[in-house]
Amino acid sequence: MAKLINLTINGVAVTVPDGTLVVDAAKKAGIDIPVFCYHPKMEPVGMCRQCLVEIGRPAIDRATGQPALNDDGTPKLQFMPKLETACTNPVSEGMVVLTATEKAKAGQKELLELLLTSHPLDCPICDKGGECPLQNLTVEYGSSQSRFIFDEKQRADKHVHLGELINLDRERCIQCARCIRFQRDVAGDPVLGFYQRGRLTDIVTYSDPGFDSVFSGNTTDICPVGALTTADFRFGARSWELKQSASLCAQCPVGCNVTFNTRREAKSGGVMAIKRVMPRQNEQVNETWICDKGRFAGYHYTEAESRLGLDAASMESALSQAADKLAAAKSDAVFLAGGRLSNEDFYNLKQLAAKLGAKAYLYSPMAGGEYTTAYGLGAGSNLGDLGKDDTVLVVASDLYNEAPVWHLRLKAAAKRGATLIVAAGRATKLDEFASFVVRYAYGDEVETVKGLAGKEKIGDAIKNAANLVVFYGSDGLGLAGTSALAAACADLLNGKTGKVNNGLVGVWNAPNTQGAYELGLAPAADLKSELKGKTVYVIAADPAGDDPALADALKSAKAVIAQDILATATTQMAAVVLPAAAYTEREGTYTTAERRVQRFYLAVPAKAGTRADFAIFAELGKKLGVELEGRSALLVMNKIAAEEKAFAGISYARLAEVTAQWPIVGRGDLYYGGTGYENKLGLGVHLALALTPAPSTSGRGGQMRPKENELVAVPVSKIYDLGVTMAPAKLLGQRIGAAAVGLNPVTAAKLNVENGGKVQVQVNGVTAEAIARFDESISTGVVLIYRSFGIPISEPTSVKIVVAEKA
Amino acid sequence: MAHLLLRHRDIPNLDQLDVYVKNGGFEAFKKAVTAMQPDAVTEEVKASGLRGRGGAGFPTGVKWSFIPKNITPHYVVANADESEPGTFKDREIMDFNPYQFLEGLAIASYAVQANLSFVYLRGEFYYLAKKLDACIAEMEKAGYLGDNLFGTGFSLRLRTHLGAGAYICGEETALLESIEGKRGQPRVRPPFPAVVGLYSKPTVINNVETLANLPYIVTNGAAGFRKFGTDKSPGVKIFSLSGNVNKPGNYELPLGATFRELIMGCGGGISDGRKLKGIMPAGASSSIIRVDDTNLDKVLDTTMDYENVQSVGSLLGSASVIIIDDSHSMDWVINKTVHFFKHESCGKCTPCRDGNYWMLHLVERIHEGHASAGDIQLLKTVANQVNGKCLCALGDFSTMAVTSALERFPEDFHVGQA
Ligand SMILES: Cc1cc2nc3c(=O)[nH]c(=O)nc-3n(C[C@H](O)[C@H](O)[C@H](O)COP(=O)(O)O)c2cc1C
Ligand code: SF4
Ligand code: SF4
Ligand code: FES
Repeated sequence: MAKLINLTINGVAVTVPDGTLVVDAAKKAGIDIPVFCYHPKMEPVGMCRQCLVEIGRPAIDRATGQPALNDDGTPKLQFMPKLETACTNPVSEGMVVLTATEKAKAGQKELLELLLTSHPLDCPICDKGGECPLQNLTVEYGSSQSRFIFDEKQRADKHVHLGELINLDRERCIQCARCIRFQRDVAGDPVLGFYQRGRLTDIVTYSDPGFDSVFSGNTTDICPVGALTTADFRFGARSWELKQSASLCAQCPVGCNVTFNTRREAKSGGVMAIKRVMPRQNEQVNETWICDKGRFAGYHYTEAESRLGLDAASMESALSQAADKLAAAKSDAVFLAGGRLSNEDFYNLKQLAAKLGAKAYLYSPMAGGEYTTAYGLGAGSNLGDLGKDDTVLVVASDLYNEAPVWHLRLKAAAKRGATLIVAAGRATKLDEFASFVVRYAYGDEVETVKGLAGKEKIGDAIKNAANLVVFYGSDGLGLAGTSALAAACADLLNGKTGKVNNGLVGVWNAPNTQGAYELGLAPAADLKSELKGKTVYVIAADPAGDDPALADALKSAKAVIAQDILATATTQMAAVVLPAAAYTEREGTYTTAERRVQRFYLAVPAKAGTRADFAIFAELGKKLGVELEGRSALLVMNKIAAEEKAFAGISYARLAEVTAQWPIVGRGDLYYGGTGYENKLGLGVHLALALTPAPSTSGRGGQMRPKENELVAVPVSKIYDLGVTMAPAKLLGQRIGAAAVGLNPVTAAKLNVENGGKVQVQVNGVTAEAIARFDESISTGVVLIYRSFGIPISEPTSVKIVVAEKA
Repeated sequence: MAHLLLRHRDIPNLDQLDVYVKNGGFEAFKKAVTAMQPDAVTEEVKASGLRGRGGAGFPTGVKWSFIPKNITPHYVVANADESEPGTFKDREIMDFNPYQFLEGLAIASYAVQANLSFVYLRGEFYYLAKKLDACIAEMEKAGYLGDNLFGTGFSLRLRTHLGAGAYICGEETALLESIEGKRGQPRVRPPFPAVVGLYSKPTVINNVETLANLPYIVTNGAAGFRKFGTDKSPGVKIFSLSGNVNKPGNYELPLGATFRELIMGCGGGISDGRKLKGIMPAGASSSIIRVDDTNLDKVLDTTMDYENVQSVGSLLGSASVIIIDDSHSMDWVINKTVHFFKHESCGKCTPCRDGNYWMLHLVERIHEGHASAGDIQLLKTVANQVNGKCLCALGDFSTMAVTSALERFPEDFHVGQA
């Protein structure tokens, strides 16, 4: 640990680790120093000059080299003639900082006056109004009058679209560069910059499409003025009208903590509606960030037009019909549930299925949970702790697209000195930050992982790692492949199981896939044949929409009961439809892929005629003679904790506990960390490791490479797709784009396919159109097909590509 | 007296390698590399008392000694940005006596053990960059640059780098950013370039004229150098004289020469027989020295060195002496300087960016005769708001002429009629 330094700030004695900046030391002591450009998550740049304070340091007697003393024996202090910036000066022993002297206050006030002279002061129409650092600091430190001539103010463009997601008001920008620095240093997507100089300095984006980054929304949180706003929330509400409710993002397995801002809305008939998603601090999960999928797609599906709902009588009859069908089927019933369900839902579902003797399957494109439950991250793990001497391996996953906040956190770990090894069948954005990039031919995933330990430098980095975290995903793989890959990855972790900051992480496609596995669910190896002739109860999944073959299988089922929040192809073919409440409308918990159980809270009232999934299961249970807890999610969790060993000791009260986090954000000091919210409702709790031994890790895998003249399609993921939870996010339409296939130019040349040209894809019995995109990093003979773009693909399979139209 | 720096004025064709070599060229570099330890060179330069000619007057040898030996590689960067209005000395050296400058750069590189050094030139000096590139090629051919120089293990390469025309890129950290291909804007200090400089490695930045002194110091020793100038400001200095004088131009004089010698002697006196009203000894960044009947002799007899110019309320800076005669009103002068600084403010920090914007509006109003009574006072306040609060010295520079003019020439600032 760093040496401790003693200093005083405004007479208060403070002890902080060596290297702490004066501004942070003050914050820790509860003393506010106004800042604009400084942000505790970024290196100081000393640009805005708002944090001016007086700093005295013990004088050194030149003759003796000892501290000089006053006559009374106290150490003599040397103050610089100029005010100094608290954000750029690290503390030193015996330092005396004065933040509120006449001189310091005058400096701060004068600076604010200058900032305001070049600011339009259009607070009444500004989205930031009410939560604006410039407003707040002006009240506290500024002057209410300007001495300059209004007409001489510089005018600038107020409606600049940095892309279709983020708007820039050039007049409001105070040139603090927080946005630029965030994109460059935190996100690793340097797509913003300054243009021009002096008073003409402007923010510009130099990407096409504009502001091309999946982290762009975060800049609106840390922009200390209303210069950057989201198209999503623009003129949507005044900040003081908004209520906050703690929740989680349900778009990926990271489990970012978020706050939904809600207010009563005329458009929604006077009921509460969600107005925006903001990050909620959890330094162990998402720090103070979220990605744009979470921000712009996040909850929109929960208010889609296609929401299901039934009046009370119809609901009752639907429940009875469903119960009758299940009762008739008994062990001939098959439950199929998607990873959007909460732990409580899965638990009740499992009980219900068990009582019937029915099979219950997880509907997931990816397997291997039997390993992540046994080799998963040890309790207390935090990616933010990884650094020097630690190693992180990412295999078969494009984290930027599949779990963006991990991308950002692993980039940071690499910067702190961790060895980052990225092994994939194609180039991914994380490569740039990796110490080692391993490129394999699709099909060689398992062999590649098995070979890593034998490689010279990479093998050493894995073997000698103080801590080892392995992420594996489903890039190019289906169930069989991911299961074998998980086994191979788990092998690397032998001897490290259960240790803090060590373990295997599955890059799932849903928020609670890990929870499903922890509660004993798993995907069926051959789903199609499992469904034939059975009474199939599909929950939070749309197999019929994903794959015509599964639609056929469902058609051949005896009966289909579908339970979902939205109308889907599956609900359309179901005999009975049970409308479920969205997660924003109820309580519950998800288990992140890092095996952290976290709570989400009710944000808006449940849509009329819907019920929480666990409650629907309890209702059915009642009719089928199984006693299930349906009164509240909390009570279900109590049962889980009592009966599932991994969940032992977990309760809603514990999940709601918070400990102090650094940096301090979201209080009155918006200017310090941005408008992201403080976490008051729970940091979550890590699961214990599963006690059941994992299946053997050896002897699985094998080559799956395309043979000569064979064309193999493999499934991959893109952050923005046409999945059920994405499609209603209107704003993202442009970024979702059209269906595309990726292939090596060499492969393409053999097929006469041109980059950007239209092709016909014949795969899995379907013919679909797509745009061809070249990527030289892909092995030849392989065609990437993006999941959830209307072309069914779940496993590597043979494919035919025909030119449809020249580029 | 023969020139030390402007030697081309005494020796024709000194910008040709053979002429330069025939006149003792590269003997100093050879001596340093073959006969002196790097630290001995630094010690000699320290002993010579040579101070930076880029403006701040920091002791050159002391600066070199800050370079940590345990972090490598090291770089030396010659600051050839020369953008201060009224400064045109580096240009003459590079144009006519380029080898002496490059030899100095080579000596500095040896002293701090840099194997790659840069010359950073303002964008408008593209023709000089071309010339220096040719000189560097000649030196490589002749064995003064490259590997195993003079049969020792020392190797050195030089590169020129052109800026894109920004005054701020003369500020050493903005200059480094610019070489790295980034926006030319100053960095936070500390860390200082001596520790975290170019590409985050220890870096010495010296002005062209500073470096041009080094061959002489190595050849003649510290004592030889100290024959010129004063005890605290030894050596000679090129004074760029401009404004209302009869013979503007570069003049090489020992430090400690008086304003009278420069202005009346070299410069042939004030043009059109007018009266001397003000002196800006450090270009546009000067506090303006007021000269009138009461202090004319005192000012003219003031010695020009790093200490004494303060006694008349200004600083020597880069010694770009601009002469203002009594036909000019100071509101006109500061209208010019503020225009310049407003245009050149890089915009990174608030006081300079916004302060100059408002100072410009105020000086324009005053100059055009529309000022209200409050405007003059406000201009003073804004200058104060900027001074001492900025990220780099440009902000301070921008207020020097303004504050001094308002204070020392109040009669030149009028409230408008309207
Ligand atoms: C705004 C600004 C502009 C500067 N321009 C120049 C310049 O054009 N040439 C120069 O040599 N030094 C310039 N300097 C000074 C340099 O930052 C630096 O101090 C100098 O190059 C060091 O060299 P020296 O020690 O040899 O003087 C400038 C400083 C500032 C703040
Ligand atoms: S847009 Fe906002 S964050 Fe970016 S520089 Fe301007 S004020 Fe700062
Ligand atoms: S003082 Fe001016 S030139 Fe220097 S950093 Fe600030 S804005 Fe840029
Ligand atoms: S300079 Fe310190 S906060 Fe901007």
